[in-house]
Amino acid sequence: MARRLLSALVTVVLALILADIAWHFFSWAVLHAIWHLPENAAHAPDTDLCRAAIGHGACWAVIREKFRFILFGFYPYDAQWRPALAVLCFVALFALSLAPKFWRPSLILLWIVILAVVGVLMWGGVFGLAFVAADQWGGLPITLILATFGLAAAFPLAILVALARHAEGLPVIRMLAIAYVELIRGVPLISLLFMSSVMLPLFLPTGWDIDKLLRAQLAFVLFAGAYLAEVVRAGLGALPRGQYEAAAALGLSYWQKTRLIVLPQALRHVIPMLVNTFIGFFKDTSLVLIIGIFDLMTTGRTATLEPAWQGFGNEVYLLLAAIYFAFCFIMARISRTLERRLAAPHQDIEEPA
Amino acid sequence: MSTPSTSSPPTPAIVLDDVHKWYGRVHVLRGVSLAVAAGERIVICGPSGSGKSTIIRCINRLERHEQGRILVEGTEISDEPRTLAAIRREVGMVFQSFNLFPHLSVLDNCTLAPIRVRGLGRADAEARAMEYLKRVRIPEQAHKYPPQLSGGQQQRVAIARALCMQPKIMLFDEPTSALDPEMVREVLDVMIELAESGMTMLCVTHEMGFARRVADRILFMDRGEIVESGPPETIFDHPRSERLRGFLNQILHQT
Repeated sequence: MARRLLSALVTVVLALILADIAWHFFSWAVLHAIWHLPENAAHAPDTDLCRAAIGHGACWAVIREKFRFILFGFYPYDAQWRPALAVLCFVALFALSLAPKFWRPSLILLWIVILAVVGVLMWGGVFGLAFVAADQWGGLPITLILATFGLAAAFPLAILVALARHAEGLPVIRMLAIAYVELIRGVPLISLLFMSSVMLPLFLPTGWDIDKLLRAQLAFVLFAGAYLAEVVRAGLGALPRGQYEAAAALGLSYWQKTRLIVLPQALRHVIPMLVNTFIGFFKDTSLVLIIGIFDLMTTGRTATLEPAWQGFGNEVYLLLAAIYFAFCFIMARISRTLERRLAAPHQDIEEPA
Repeated sequence: MSTPSTSSPPTPAIVLDDVHKWYGRVHVLRGVSLAVAAGERIVICGPSGSGKSTIIRCINRLERHEQGRILVEGTEISDEPRTLAAIRREVGMVFQSFNLFPHLSVLDNCTLAPIRVRGLGRADAEARAMEYLKRVRIPEQAHKYPPQLSGGQQQRVAIARALCMQPKIMLFDEPTSALDPEMVREVLDVMIELAESGMTMLCVTHEMGFARRVADRILFMDRGEIVESGPPETIFDHPRSERLRGFLNQILHQT
């Protein structure tokens, strides 16, 4: 009796605390929020009103004023429909990949086509689109490009590296794979990014200039590849030896065995870990700020550097958090769907008499 | 299931010539020599660790022998991928732990290799798979997945899967050892039928009733060598060596 009373008491207290927090947030974010600001003499928004409300009312006007910059950075203002379309392309791609009825080989083709379309949209220079150099790109497209291209390249790389680590008959290749994984894992991502932006150009022949974004992309692929390779290796290791032997005894070649027997089972085992790595990697793209690439996180920070808008970081960070959450949530959903769809059949059917 | 020509003496299906193997410093095969005629049914028995499984795993090169020669259908086995592929096409294997592919349906388990290795069309491969699934008496399970079947059913699927490649030789590595006693019979029945159809078979097994019924020759192995070989009556009723007498005593008292 006493225990039930206590448990009821705890529930009530927790509910009150949560309600209080929710009320404060609601009061700040909605009731006392400022959505629109009058213009001052210089035809700029007069932020004094917001400044007076700091502490008890949110200033959503900062988002209204800055969202184009936060989303697209320094991309030419009039051409910002192009990165916007690119973002929609990514979202459509993720959404299609979520639906099991699109899971067929042509989906890979669709990925290639859409990624190419994104490239055309962002760079331009063809079909009458003005050329926009990558150093003008910024905001959400940068984050999505780094993460999507990065994972699209890192995943196949990871599979090859994991297979190489498993290749007992090829000691040199195996050593190379181990060296790659251990080297990359032993180094912080930040130092890889610095190396790719500062050191890599030193090693290139004069006249060669690889775009800064591309160099960061390479660093990401190498980094994610090493981590994903370990995840894939765990899946390979979990596969019973008998599976390899049965495939070999049937006369399947190495690549047939790998593609038809080993990988489908090994990857299925590690879907949660793979997606976990994907999500972590998506958020790690925000580290490119240290080499001066304006990803979503950086444009968000930069938006509140302007003196008139200083002090309104909370509102901007909330928006950023919501965007990151939306994409990570999509990935988590894909993971769940994959796990359910690919779950190995169990002994769930009654033994027929 | 080719019938050997009657005129000239046919090439032996399998020849082992002074085969040696070591695991690290343990000498597991100590000079094994053996010739298996086409259509011959051989049962290999012996205490555990005697090298009997190793022998048949060397024949399709799941294990590598270090010395001596192994010829399958006249071709010497080696690591050369095309030779190896050619040999594995003709040699089917059934494992103690079934080793069906759990992510593929029973039917796909049976059609995978015929399509990918033999280059059969899907329709032909499926027709062939259904034919062999009927022979092992589980055509109704074709669209289930291996984890949904009992051990005995899985092992029969494994036999059908191997037969779908239409091999000339079948290797059985303790096919009933992992089964519950009531399922041993259904697997043995399928093996007996196969033996009676003229398939060249090498079986590692402790099922002495099966050995007596189908074996043309029984090999008794101990400590990496063939100690005695002969037809079942000789081996069971007139064992010459002390080691075989000891082994038979153990086996017969166990069951």
